[in-house]
Amino acid sequence: MTVNPLLAQYANIAAYSAILVLAAAMVGFVVDLARSAARQLTPATAARVPVPAGGSATQPGAGADPGAAPSETVVGEALQGSRQAAGIAIALTWLGASLIVAAAILRGVAVSRVPWGNMFEFSLTGSAAVTVAYLGLSLRRDMRWLGTFVVAPVVLMLGLAVTVFYTEASPLLPSLRSFWLVIHVSIAIVSVALFTLAAAVTVLQLAQSRRERNLVRRGRFMNALPDADTLDRLGHGLHVAAFPLWTFTLIAGAIWAQKAWGAYWQWDPKEVWTFIIWVVYAAYLHARATSGWTTRSANLIALAGYGCIIINYTIVNMYFVGMHSYSGM
Amino acid sequence: MATTQAQTRAADARDEPPITQPRLGPVGWARWAWRQLTSMRTALLLLLLLAVAAIPGSVLPQRNIDAGRVTDYLARHTTIGPGLDRLSLFDVYASPWFASVYLLLLVSLVGCVVPRSRAHWEAMRTGPPRTPARLTRLPVHTEVIVEAGPEEVAAALRGVLRRRRYRLRRAADGDGGAVSAQRGQLRETGNLLFHTALIVVIAAVGARYLWGWRGDVIVPAGQTFASTASGYGTLSPGPFVDTGALPPFSVRVDSMDVTFEDQASGAQFGAPRDFIADTTTTTGPAAAPVRQRLTVNHPLSLSGTSVFLLGNGYAPVVTVRDKQGNILYREPTPFLPQDNNYRSVGAIKVSAAAPKQLGFTGMFLPTATIDPTAGPVSVFPDTRAPALVLTMFEGEMFPGGRPQSVYSLNTAGMTQVRSPDGQPLRLWLTPGKTVTLPGGRGSITLEGVERFAGLSVRYDPGKGLALVGALSALGGLVLSLTIRRRRVFARLEPLTVGAVDEHASNSARPASAAGPAFGQGADSRLRTKVVLAGISKGVDPGLASELDRVVAHLRKTLGLAKAGPEPPSQAGLGHPRE
Repeated sequence: MTVNPLLAQYANIAAYSAILVLAAAMVGFVVDLARSAARQLTPATAARVPVPAGGSATQPGAGADPGAAPSETVVGEALQGSRQAAGIAIALTWLGASLIVAAAILRGVAVSRVPWGNMFEFSLTGSAAVTVAYLGLSLRRDMRWLGTFVVAPVVLMLGLAVTVFYTEASPLLPSLRSFWLVIHVSIAIVSVALFTLAAAVTVLQLAQSRRERNLVRRGRFMNALPDADTLDRLGHGLHVAAFPLWTFTLIAGAIWAQKAWGAYWQWDPKEVWTFIIWVVYAAYLHARATSGWTTRSANLIALAGYGCIIINYTIVNMYFVGMHSYSGM
Repeated sequence: MATTQAQTRAADARDEPPITQPRLGPVGWARWAWRQLTSMRTALLLLLLLAVAAIPGSVLPQRNIDAGRVTDYLARHTTIGPGLDRLSLFDVYASPWFASVYLLLLVSLVGCVVPRSRAHWEAMRTGPPRTPARLTRLPVHTEVIVEAGPEEVAAALRGVLRRRRYRLRRAADGDGGAVSAQRGQLRETGNLLFHTALIVVIAAVGARYLWGWRGDVIVPAGQTFASTASGYGTLSPGPFVDTGALPPFSVRVDSMDVTFEDQASGAQFGAPRDFIADTTTTTGPAAAPVRQRLTVNHPLSLSGTSVFLLGNGYAPVVTVRDKQGNILYREPTPFLPQDNNYRSVGAIKVSAAAPKQLGFTGMFLPTATIDPTAGPVSVFPDTRAPALVLTMFEGEMFPGGRPQSVYSLNTAGMTQVRSPDGQPLRLWLTPGKTVTLPGGRGSITLEGVERFAGLSVRYDPGKGLALVGALSALGGLVLSLTIRRRRVFARLEPLTVGAVDEHASNSARPASAAGPAFGQGADSRLRTKVVLAGISKGVDPGLASELDRVVAHLRKTLGLAKAGPEPPSQAGLGHPRE
């Protein structure tokens, strides 16, 4: 178990570069949103863009496959001339994603193991997962509108990683040296990445549905986003994909705990919070299926679940005393 | 005056006789309570309540995890501590209020699963429902005219749907010219499997509480530990465990190797890198001893139990002699680590000393140094400069014969030994050093330092069941979240030849391609209007294209693929009603 400090150094440089590139990408996405708002004002284009400005929620053709395609295509076509900013931003996001992935791989090679042994490494790999998941989604459909809301938290997370969470490259604690570290934590990372995208979409959905009910007039850039129903389907789909992965994380963690500590469950703070997150998202899925609960309430539960993920990652890791004290801080 | 009128109206409303409700007897009320408890809404609220109820246990120290921290907390918070304790906030997961939440949830779960399983079983048995009379009222529908007779089209459509894994309603059910099919019943099966599996997991956890046990023991290197109720430092058996009949086995710790990080700087300096215990185990008087290596993620399996290496520390080997030089005490004595640098506390109890028993209490420091403010501390977890720092007491060590911790000294019946200058006697021992005790009390020697292994023995009869339950739950969850429940209905209507004459001429059927000669010979000008409709459980944006695919496959099966212009009625796709 040797540590290669030079490679670790390169990993840090890649991480810092990724922050710069993604910050630039974020600017691109914001400019694109701002311009799209300006476009709405020009009557020539406004006539061609049937955006539901507080009108009916159901678009003609919204039921066709893929669900979001028609409305987005119309918006996209109308704004095509002005979307270089978004194009540049997507390209920069690809570059940024490659840099984070490179940083994670270099770090992994530097410490000869998987790059998720402490909070710095987890943040790095988690940011890579979120960005790659976003880009993967954007290959299948137009997701440029979501860029700002994905890249901003990623930049924040990376910034925290290289400052607050930073841990020197070093071998693992004995209790972490297990095959289950690979399984349990990698699935946790993918799951959290999907929950992050889902939370971003859900926040936008809540804002959009507020606008559609004519409650708010501000935020004209929201016109460039899909309507609330489309956002809701996307958010729900992401949650549905993430939840079984989180369930698996919970089970794999229990199996590992059985092997390492002799008990699959002993109410360690980290276990408790993983369980709380699971229960809250389970409540979300139930709320979706319960008559009498509005989409809004269900989505608020989902956001509470994401709040629990943040608490689990920050407060629980850093301040609560337990057997998962691996933050490296 | 508007207000008064409104008030009057409200008063009138109050004067009206109340809505007559059915009078509920005890059975009625019980049924009402059961309905409420097993409703989805209640389950949802209980889930949220469970999440909230679990939080305090992660914030406050818990007895089941670390009783020492609870005692510490209570000592530091004398005002709110007892109140919190009365609310079971230091035993959250064993508290009545937490139990009531999950037991209600369990009841709700059972109350949900049982009737739904029955309904699902019934639905599986009966199959798809009758085709509704007016298909155009369904959320998605389409109309298509194909050039074949109704029987031929019906057979082809049934074939297409069957290939697309739909379950069909039997044609014999007397619903002439109609097709009814459904798919995705596995979704409900998965859902029920998930919820049933959760009940299994809860049962497995219950089995662990009732029949499982856990014993912890500290074994210095070179010593043997035998699994009997009295052999353990602490033993926590479930209520149904016979502690007189624990499975017999013994573990000798041959050596205990620990390495610590001494290269990296910062927080990683001194972090543990390896814990390895080499052991010799036997599982009975007749069994041959087996040499096995025990490490952190690799427990031993002995007589149905699992033995885990959960801790380590130092056991200074101390010899105490009386003034004639007779050995009163010679043992590796485990000291419990208190921090990451293994500042360890413990006690040496020389009960054989006469006329007064002697007790030593203090610290073992693997890399000792004197900090100007904190006093003696350890600065590295490995034994770079070990020292044993002790104070000494004499008197009666076990007043009243009450049991006490082996790691601390009960000084209630003892007095502290002072050095000739009147200060409390303080001993600083390094390996090999002997100190003569004042007042002819003999001498004390630190012979050397052994490591000890902290072993934890667990027996959990429910763990296999818990694993099976958890994995089934995951499987059921995936089924219930990924499968769509769809129903497709069709009504077929023969068209008279004359009405659609012009279509017949321009959509010639390729005679060779699709082979089947039926229909071809009989009357190639036969036509059928097919009204197809679909409905899904929940939001299903892909339903319309599913119908399109069914139509495309139907045309292909009938040999009509790519033949002729797009049929005019194809465009009539409806849209899901929200």
